[in-house]
Amino acid sequence: MTPTVRVQAEDFDAAAEAALLTQGRTDIGAVVTFTGLCRDEGGRLAALELEHYPGMAEEEIARVAAQACERWPLQGVTAIHRFGKIAPGAQIVLVVTASSHRVAAFEAATFLMDYLKTRAPFWKKEHRKDGTSGEWVAATEADDAAAGRWG
Amino acid sequence: MKAVYFAWMRERIGKTEEEIAPPAEVRTAGELIAWLSAQGEEYAYAFENPKVIRVALDRAHVKHDAPLGEAREAAFFPPMTGG
Repeated sequence: MTPTVRVQAEDFDAAAEAALLTQGRTDIGAVVTFTGLCRDEGGRLAALELEHYPGMAEEEIARVAAQACERWPLQGVTAIHRFGKIAPGAQIVLVVTASSHRVAAFEAATFLMDYLKTRAPFWKKEHRKDGTSGEWVAATEADDAAAGRWG
Repeated sequence: MKAVYFAWMRERIGKTEEEIAPPAEVRTAGELIAWLSAQGEEYAYAFENPKVIRVALDRAHVKHDAPLGEAREAAFFPPMTGG
């Protein structure tokens, strides 16, 4: 099984991506779909600008997906990350994991998101509603801690 | 070799990428950071807190003590905030 990894400006269809993993199969008992959205941060955010490192972004997500496949018995993995300007409410990231049993699918999806946040070369810049040029979003210790718990 | 910069490092240096020719005694990613930070005010500003700077050689994460080896592309960026 080769994970599907895409880095794109366009939006994605989470339900369609999940359906692609299970289409024509009868051995999958669990599909976990995680979608990360752009928050408006209490109404002050006009948009997020996502910068990425072309080439490395795809390769790093693929490395993390391969690690997930080594750790859990997965029948399917899809990870899609968008770049460019993203409005509040819009989708940023998708992770889909398919497995025979739910624990593997849940854990692998969490692992993928934790690692993707701390290893995939993406950076968010805020554009504020008041027109001021926003700040680069700072990495959080909580994200590092979340990735660290997988050892 | 090619140096590429992202996010606020790119903004501080004022360049997306450039060709650099560090001297032979610059052997590790950390030594390259030290050398670059001495290339002008904008570099000193971008690299002012080297501990937070992440480095990738040929598009793979490395630690600061990693040898440059035959790497053709060195990327410098702040901690990532995707997802």
